[in-house]
Amino acid sequence: MTLAIPGNFMPRTAVRNVFSSGAERGARASTPLSSRSAARDLGVSPEGRSRPGAGARSLAALGMTAIFATLCALCCLSSHAADIRDDRGVTVHLAAPPQRIVSLLPSLTETVCALGACARLVGTDRFSNFPPEVQALPKAGGLDDASVERIVALKPDLVLAAGSTRAIARLESLGLTVAALEPHDMADAHRVLDAVATLLQVPGADAVWSRIRQRTDAAVARVPAGWRGKRAYFEVDAGPYAAGTSSFIGELLRHLGLGNIVPAELGPFPKLNPEFVVRARPDVVMGGERDVDQMAARPGWSDMAALRAHRVCRFGRGQADVIVRPGPRLGEAAELVADCLARLDPPT
Amino acid sequence: MIAPEAARARRRLAFALTLASVVLAVAGVMVGSEGWRPGALADPGLRDVLWNIRAPRTVGAWLVGALLGLAGALAQGLFRNPLADPYLLGSSSGAGLGVVLVLAAGATQGRAIESLAEDALARLGLVGAAFVGALIGVALTLALARGARQSTGLLLAGVVVGVVLGALADLVTMASPEALRGKQVFMLGTTGFLGWGACGTLAIALAITLPAAWRFSRALDALTLGEDSARSLGLPLGPVRALLVVLLALATGAAVAQAGLIAFVGLVAPHLVRRRLQAPHGTTLVASTAAGGVLLLASDVLSRGLWAPQELPVGVLTAALGGSFLLWLMHARRTS
Repeated sequence: MTLAIPGNFMPRTAVRNVFSSGAERGARASTPLSSRSAARDLGVSPEGRSRPGAGARSLAALGMTAIFATLCALCCLSSHAADIRDDRGVTVHLAAPPQRIVSLLPSLTETVCALGACARLVGTDRFSNFPPEVQALPKAGGLDDASVERIVALKPDLVLAAGSTRAIARLESLGLTVAALEPHDMADAHRVLDAVATLLQVPGADAVWSRIRQRTDAAVARVPAGWRGKRAYFEVDAGPYAAGTSSFIGELLRHLGLGNIVPAELGPFPKLNPEFVVRARPDVVMGGERDVDQMAARPGWSDMAALRAHRVCRFGRGQADVIVRPGPRLGEAAELVADCLARLDPPT
Repeated sequence: MIAPEAARARRRLAFALTLASVVLAVAGVMVGSEGWRPGALADPGLRDVLWNIRAPRTVGAWLVGALLGLAGALAQGLFRNPLADPYLLGSSSGAGLGVVLVLAAGATQGRAIESLAEDALARLGLVGAAFVGALIGVALTLALARGARQSTGLLLAGVVVGVVLGALADLVTMASPEALRGKQVFMLGTTGFLGWGACGTLAIALAITLPAAWRFSRALDALTLGEDSARSLGLPLGPVRALLVVLLALATGAAVAQAGLIAFVGLVAPHLVRRRLQAPHGTTLVASTAAGGVLLLASDVLSRGLWAPQELPVGVLTAALGGSFLLWLMHARRTS
């Protein structure tokens, strides 16, 4: 039906889908996470142990030694334990690296796999379909109807879920460790990547992120100069709902040097009056292929310059998955949009 | 004195409902995504699933259905209208608004200064917000209708409050799209997340509402003669009706807060009972309570079993089954 459907969650309505996958929240401000670098900081500091006991003559030195010894002991302990603060502000503590993970959000599934820990997944939600190896895993329902029984039976030592997953309280009351992480924008995607790496106690988050940056930068460079500053209309649902500047998709467009017909104050995914879109005269129209194909049939839309000149980016189902999930395929999403723009003649 | 035939019908119904409850309870413990096998109780993993997931879910589904059945019978008696359902007095839209407000407050946290009010809201939680919202919805309806003296006025006020609170909730979700998502998740009727804690709350709600409703059911009997006749019998109609409305709100609020909106159980259960039994309201209320429990538990077991290991949200199933049943009932009545 729309671009949003194959997104993060159960597609009861596409709008909801996109709202949840991209809506801006105070998450950035409210969740200072211990990042991977912080975890590194918790690692053993060698000077703590090698400190000689030469200062035993003075009490002060003795005190110092005691402090260092304690620190060292703490360090040794914490090298096997991980703590993060999740999106709810709850501290999630893992005494050992998790070996049986259930992920209930496609972007989290992709993040786990991007960190090379795909083999530790024992189950996912029904919408996780990438990378292909997760398709064979047991499916434990969606965001609304996560199957508590199935998840418990999978005996996970860590459940990764979106904050709006209804089952979280129930899963925790059954003794499972749940981390609520839900990326809404690029900064979130980075934060969540770091948080998942910390929880899994795997290295490589920095490498994954720099690969994403490389691909994004390459995509930016590929956008023809004629498209810089041109205004886009990105439809996430035939409501019509648009991707605003503060949404994840809006950020991507801005990054690629495009403007947006939606003013920033309208929020991440505003419902627009169809008249507004026509009047705003976008230079390029983007959206899911089925929505884009129907646009010319809407009253008054057929005369829209972008539609008449076929300056449209149609994204198929698989491509839409890439674009609407703020996960490790961010770079690929930027490339998809950039490649589309490269195929089109910019307006004069 | 009860005629022997009526007493027999009553005994038969009581037996059938008890038997169905017991059979379904056993089925409820046996059906689920992880299946059942002989010697399941010896397997600690499965035992955990049976005891901590299926058992509370089974009990909880029965209790939610029972509360809805009771609320439905109360509503139909109060309004002397067989199409009245528990959500008629604005409780569902009130619950929806409560949930949305808490979610929106949660979403703005971090942006706004963390105020005491927000903190209190967070602690109240979604379940509490839904419950309080449902009660406020009904209170508004009562206030708008100036008490519960007139059933038409009450009905009209309920519709107005429902629409207005629904619109307010929509307004909040426009500003805070996160809340829309959360509200939909929360209000979707499902029994999948009921734990022992929820069962306790539901049981308390039922323990309060059922005896009280039974105690004042005579007013409903009097009401069947018409409002004027009821008044001429010397019943303090206004206060008793207000009390019954409060019981209705309590039962519905508790059910909605724990399991979201579950369609048709409250509407169908009293019909089911009345088809088998011509009895005073006290009996009908109790029987509808049990029938509601049986209906929702049956739907729950079906929703778990039909597509296992996947499951259907039970609200979808009750809407489909209850809707068809109601159509059939109307058809049967017309042809007879």
